[in-house]
Amino acid sequence: MRRYSWLVPTLYILFLMLPIYWLLNMSFKTTNEILGTFTLWPQEFTLENYRVIFTDPTWYNGYINSLIYVTLNTVLSVAVALPAAYAFSRYRFLGDKHLFFWLLTNRMAPPAVFALPFFQLYSAVGLFDTHLAVALAHTLFNIPLAVWILEGFMSGVPKELDETAYVDGHSFWSFFLKIFVPTIAAGIGVAAFFCFMFSWVELLLAKTLTAVDAKPIAATMTRTASTSGYELGLLAAAGSLTIVPGAFVIYFVRNYIAKGFALGRV
Amino acid sequence: MNNKTINHAAWIFVLPVVALVAFNAIIPLMTVVNYSVQETFGDNTFFWAGVIWFEEVLHSSRFHDALLRQLAFTFTILAIEVPLGVAIALAMPRKGAWVSVCLVTMALPLLIPWNVVGAMWNIFALPDIGLLGRGLNALGFDYNFTRQPGDAWFTLILMDVWHWTSLVVLLAYAGLVSIPDAYYQAAKIDGAGSFAIFRFIQLPKLKRVLTIAVLLRFMDSFMIYTEPFVLTGGGPGNSTTLLSIDLVKIALGQFDLGPAAAMSLIYFLIILLLSWVFYTLMMRSEAQ
Repeated sequence: MRRYSWLVPTLYILFLMLPIYWLLNMSFKTTNEILGTFTLWPQEFTLENYRVIFTDPTWYNGYINSLIYVTLNTVLSVAVALPAAYAFSRYRFLGDKHLFFWLLTNRMAPPAVFALPFFQLYSAVGLFDTHLAVALAHTLFNIPLAVWILEGFMSGVPKELDETAYVDGHSFWSFFLKIFVPTIAAGIGVAAFFCFMFSWVELLLAKTLTAVDAKPIAATMTRTASTSGYELGLLAAAGSLTIVPGAFVIYFVRNYIAKGFALGRV
Repeated sequence: MNNKTINHAAWIFVLPVVALVAFNAIIPLMTVVNYSVQETFGDNTFFWAGVIWFEEVLHSSRFHDALLRQLAFTFTILAIEVPLGVAIALAMPRKGAWVSVCLVTMALPLLIPWNVVGAMWNIFALPDIGLLGRGLNALGFDYNFTRQPGDAWFTLILMDVWHWTSLVVLLAYAGLVSIPDAYYQAAKIDGAGSFAIFRFIQLPKLKRVLTIAVLLRFMDSFMIYTEPFVLTGGGPGNSTTLLSIDLVKIALGQFDLGPAAAMSLIYFLIILLLSWVFYTLMMRSEAQ
């Protein structure tokens, strides 16, 4: 039985790759070929769809907008989650357990519930259609997650590390930034990965909070589908390109993935 | 965990988090609460309406149907993804170059924007131009997910399995690699079979990560909106209209703010309650 166990992951990966292959396949076809015939690989191979995306600002600005607010969100979420996670992992304070659970409940809030109130809130404070609005809105579910992950990693670091540093004459911030943060670098990487992931894939809030200037690529795709007819090839090319940033990020964190996905709590 | 110092000044550390999340959570939530108890005639004047919207939602068969569909969807995908994920993690290699390849390719679906996942499966499953749709029809199945509710459900669940099983695999894999080799050697000396090893060594170690996996999958599948919306739009008819899709239809489509707000609160409470039940049940079984 052991000998054939490699079959299981292989078949699973094959299953994962099939729809992605089909999307790539479509992206290299002309609209005529997509609608006219059924072919397993492009017969008239074309890069026209990609050319449109890279030359039309409404398309490539979508990618830039998405990357801006995702980066902003990741930096913001991890930066504020670090001290909070430290507090939860090291100290007991008034209402700490309730606070922790309250934070987690925000991870359970359906974006559909918040779409309309978010629109009103961010319009009222004048942030509608800015990258900051989306970045801030996404902290709703990313901060709780980052605190949860980081707290897990920090609890794995023995308290003696803190105490030795104070004995050696470090101030709190000097200890925190020079000793503690490098110690849990893996945890920070994992938290950042998750923040990037959930901000990059979310569409409902990002679409509700933007109109033109900060419109994410995902929203550009939905609008193209409805306005300029059903240009499947273009849509497939845009979709294929959204996979690229994610693939990059996975490649960089691949060594942490196995440990990190357990949120440091195994 | 037990040797924490009591330090109320630690509140300073959590203050930025509390401020940001409160801004994002409390103000919008109060907006929703406000709408849920008021009636409007569309001219921006509101009247106190009490709990009529809550009564309306709780008694509406539309909400009951959406809730039932949601529960059916969530429990089906949990029943498939969790065992499948564990089985794949068990079969994965522990060492060597293949590990990286497996992890990177398996994590890929997790990082694709949700509407792209929906669009990709739409193109993949269309009966005329999709590989899956064409393939199934060529094999003699009468498959058309845009017309037949059963096929729409099949596609929806297959899409979710495709999208999220990897999360369970990665979590379970992380749990498995953390088991020291000495445990397996001891089991070998005792002459334990592979099932006994799974039951008494691997499964107990996996409990913790599986708790996280089940909780995350439960919460996220209960909130799912974009993928089914892009794939089927809730159709054919209302057959795949899950809670979020129905909510957005009421709130942004019909602009019935009162009922939408009441439904939002009920919806949120159901997620909270079920998550809490899951959480305590699994923590209790872990403590034993």
